[in-house]
Amino acid sequence: MLPQVPIAAYLILAAVLFSVGVAAFLIKRNLITIFMSIELMLNAVNLTFVAFAHMWHQVSGQIFVFFVMVVAAAEAAVGLAIIIAIFRTRETLNVDQIDLMKS
Amino acid sequence: MQLALFLIFGGLAVAGALNLLLQRHPINSALSLVVVMMSLAVLYWSLGAEFLAASQVIVYSGAIMVFFVFVIMLLNAGEEERTTGSRAAYLVGFPGAAAIFCLLSFVFLSERKALGYTNIGGYLNHITSNISEISTILFTKLLLPFEVTSILILVAILGAVVLARKEQ
Repeated sequence: MLPQVPIAAYLILAAVLFSVGVAAFLIKRNLITIFMSIELMLNAVNLTFVAFAHMWHQVSGQIFVFFVMVVAAAEAAVGLAIIIAIFRTRETLNVDQIDLMKS
Repeated sequence: MQLALFLIFGGLAVAGALNLLLQRHPINSALSLVVVMMSLAVLYWSLGAEFLAASQVIVYSGAIMVFFVFVIMLLNAGEEERTTGSRAAYLVGFPGAAAIFCLLSFVFLSERKALGYTNIGGYLNHITSNISEISTILFTKLLLPFEVTSILILVAILGAVVLARKEQ
């Protein structure tokens, strides 16, 4: 009998990736790195979807991951365009210096 | 086999994620995020989602991360510097992330028996393959959402062009 992996192990791996993504989102000061940590969180959630799809022998979870990928691609295109526009006007990517709306 | 795959590529994914957190230069973070996404593709394959493993490599590591690396090289903004804002973020960030991790892993571990075990490759049912099952549902029941995603991509491309265009 081969050693089996519990589904909870996959879910905990996803939790590790998600919380590292949250930590990077809060700690990083570079706009592009913050954006990449959002992608990391999306990937962690995708892993839980696939693990639950495997558990229930259903394909719905995998289809949901497909839609998440589509939205992530669209979001990356728009977000990086916004980052380029911010860099043109402010000449920086540090979020502490992008404080136009701070009173 | 499954255990070895999980340990190797799960460890690689966690190491890549931590490297993203620790590196100062955005290009190093982007390259370690590619490692995370590639190892997640292997994990998807081991869970029986072959279509998603392929599209993870093509869409995420191929398209999105190339886009990120492109923008980093285009802007050439250099390393991030430590400021007073980052010290406050340390105080909130690490406890917050640890609390999220503790909550999630407590829930998953307490439901460990009900969740069960994986077997490599997995199966939906023994007759149809994973890809034909996905495409059947995607092109019958979910045809409208699938077509709407194409409009979403089109709007995103137009928005990116408008936002990144030089002001006259």
